[in-house]
Amino acid sequence: MSTQTELTTAPGWTGAEQVEVLTFELNGELFALHAVGVQEIMDLAPETVVPGAGAFAGSVINFRGKVIPLSDLRVAFGLERGAATIDSRIVVIEIELGGEPTLVGLRTDKVHEVTTLARADSEAPPSVGMRWRPEFIQCLVKRGGEFIVVPDLQTIFNQQQDARQPVASTTRH
Amino acid sequence: MSDEAIAVFQVEARENLELIEQGLLDLLDRPEDRDLVDAVFRGLHTLKGSGSMFGFDALAGFTHHCETAFDRVRKGEVAATTDLVSAVLAARDHMRRLMEDPSGDHGAAGDVLLADLERAVREADGMAPIAAAPAQTAWRIRFDLPSNAFKNGTNPLALLAELRDLGEARVVADASRVPPLSQIEPTDHYLAWDVTLTTDQGRAAIEDVFIFVMDDMNLSIEALDASDADTVVANPAAAAEIVAEVPSIVPQPVASAPVTAPIQAAAPTAPDTADAGAAKTAKPSESVRVPADRLDELMDRVGELVIAQSRLSQIANSGVDTALRAVSEEIERLSGELRDTMMVLRMVPVATLFGRFRRLVHDLARETGKVIELSTDGETTEIDKTVIERLADPLVHLIRNAADHGLETAEDRAAAGKPATGRIRLSAHQSGGEVVITIRDDGRGIDRDRVRAKAETQGLIEPGAALSDHDLLQLVFHPGFSTAAAVTNLSGRGVGMDVVKRTIEALRGSIDIASRPGEGSEVSLRIPLTLAIIDGLLVRVGQGRYVIPLGAVEECLELSLDEDLRSRGRSFISLRNSLVPYLRLREMFETGTPPELHQKVVVVSTGTERIGLVVDQIIGDHQTVIKSMSKLHSGLPTFSGATILGDGGVALILDVGHLVAKGQQQEAQMREAV
Repeated sequence: MSTQTELTTAPGWTGAEQVEVLTFELNGELFALHAVGVQEIMDLAPETVVPGAGAFAGSVINFRGKVIPLSDLRVAFGLERGAATIDSRIVVIEIELGGEPTLVGLRTDKVHEVTTLARADSEAPPSVGMRWRPEFIQCLVKRGGEFIVVPDLQTIFNQQQDARQPVASTTRH
Repeated sequence: MSDEAIAVFQVEARENLELIEQGLLDLLDRPEDRDLVDAVFRGLHTLKGSGSMFGFDALAGFTHHCETAFDRVRKGEVAATTDLVSAVLAARDHMRRLMEDPSGDHGAAGDVLLADLERAVREADGMAPIAAAPAQTAWRIRFDLPSNAFKNGTNPLALLAELRDLGEARVVADASRVPPLSQIEPTDHYLAWDVTLTTDQGRAAIEDVFIFVMDDMNLSIEALDASDADTVVANPAAAAEIVAEVPSIVPQPVASAPVTAPIQAAAPTAPDTADAGAAKTAKPSESVRVPADRLDELMDRVGELVIAQSRLSQIANSGVDTALRAVSEEIERLSGELRDTMMVLRMVPVATLFGRFRRLVHDLARETGKVIELSTDGETTEIDKTVIERLADPLVHLIRNAADHGLETAEDRAAAGKPATGRIRLSAHQSGGEVVITIRDDGRGIDRDRVRAKAETQGLIEPGAALSDHDLLQLVFHPGFSTAAAVTNLSGRGVGMDVVKRTIEALRGSIDIASRPGEGSEVSLRIPLTLAIIDGLLVRVGQGRYVIPLGAVEECLELSLDEDLRSRGRSFISLRNSLVPYLRLREMFETGTPPELHQKVVVVSTGTERIGLVVDQIIGDHQTVIKSMSKLHSGLPTFSGATILGDGGVALILDVGHLVAKGQQQEAQMREAV
């Protein structure tokens, strides 16, 4: 447990003062991804369910002739998974999995905009009063009256790859 | 020096080192072969030259010493003994280190190697095949150089100086081709030379002078018998006449008389020697070097094109536009051809793989003290490049095994009435869509009793369990299994055969082992020609579509409703008097759909084991480009990959080996339950 406390107290924002992000919505919550890693925003595509793969990355899609996993951050954050709407999009990003750059599709309920977030507005995730696993959050950024969640995708995906079990489950190892 | 230029140098140097190694290994078999000696020498010389050109001074310096030592072999002063060649081989490895890591500190290791080489040369000294006869022979050498010789960096004065070093030479320039001054191109070469040389060296020594320029020039070397030689030598006036024919406006920079001083100062000719050396070793057919990832990219594009094309033809065929249909058919043909061409591009002969093992066997022989002969067969068989790369490690292991465990020592072999030389035979041939690679040794064979004892102590089998010979041999593929009584440097750490088996299976191949006590063992690998394309049977289970590799499919039959109900408790169908277990993919994949009325059973096998897979529908044959699954799904053993279908959807490819294993488990559980 000690590692977790360390993680939560560590400053969430590393690197530059300002960063360009893509904001999107998941079940009413606002999230942001570093825009640099975003490859494409695409409409929903026919999915192929991978039996036995678990809910986080339960299917694959055809992205420009490549077969890429389609993952659902709602599973990682324990959010309710509503049905797809006309606004639903897939954001294709590149992340590192086991040392290899890998294309991954992220389900989103709605994609908003590319915008700039400032470090000064960021806060580390609070250690109490949050139902999400703090290590999955890089930082929270305050904008207007709301908070934008910057998820730590690397940690989320690594965890998935290592554990291959529902991330939102209450059992921790 | 730009990084790019250095990278090019390193690529070429690697190839050159490879050639040197091949040459040295050949030299072990045929130590008298002058061509091999020359080839190795040329390689060393080129490496030295280009190394110093690109600032690899340590490499150039070290190679220089080896070249000097090897030069004595080339001159016939010392014989190419096994020790000497081995020392040069070791030195070659050091050159490779110097080339890959020029900044590292390798000085001490280099000195040790050079000392070894020095010793080997000293020991070989006096063992020279035949001391060159000291008899003096006169030669008449005529040569001219192409007009661009200077541009290529050739220095004719240096050539003449080398000839002079061989013996007494009279040089006459033939300036008849020199044009009037107004037409002279100052950088062109116009002269020809007529040299009368009296030397105790043979023709080869004279040819060696021209070794790097021989391809581009006219050269004639005639032996003169003594009287002829005399007349020519004694008649310089006649030669002078030739010179006199030259229009007198031409300056005479080419003095036929003593020119030794400027020659000594001549610039080093490293660039041209490097070029000429490379040209000499280059294969006659032209080739282009392409980075592998560009090929992969191209392959992806072609795969996409094939998919887009099949969607196009769907649209074209559903309409009435005949012009569109004609174009669509044309594109179908073209994209099919493009894909076939693409596949051929990726094919590489296994010779590139087999070549590496000669060195391995050479080293193994020295390490184990056994006499081992490696023979290879079917090197022209081609396999997909990615497959070749992944085969290297398993094959290294199998060869090590054969050399270490399989082959006996020379004494044991003599006692068993076998020839002292142990043989390892590596062969490859194509059989259908597969390439079969076999590694055979004529050693002691696998000791069944030891395998059994070991398996019993490790608890893999019950003591005294009845096992077929085949099953017993399969035990060597079990993780952690090793029969070597003593762990040697080479093998016997027990991390071998199971890794080999897994690697081969990951390539969608299979491995089999056969062995006769006292006569040797044979391991055969069956590998698909390519990893990129698979012939599959497309089936539907619930909503999902899956591809079963066609090579594994034995037959398809209908699962009658009766049979389905009857088999609720025991998932077996009887197929020609044998019971075949089956898996209901619908249940396994939790599709949540009700079973269809006419379910089908696809019977698949991995050689000996069979299993039925119950599917909802068989859609048909499907040739497809295989896409690997991401790391997120790599832990799912049920699927070996995915593929994109004609409509742009994705189908998963079933891993038959895994499913069969699963079926066997199920069968075992059933038996226990009964």
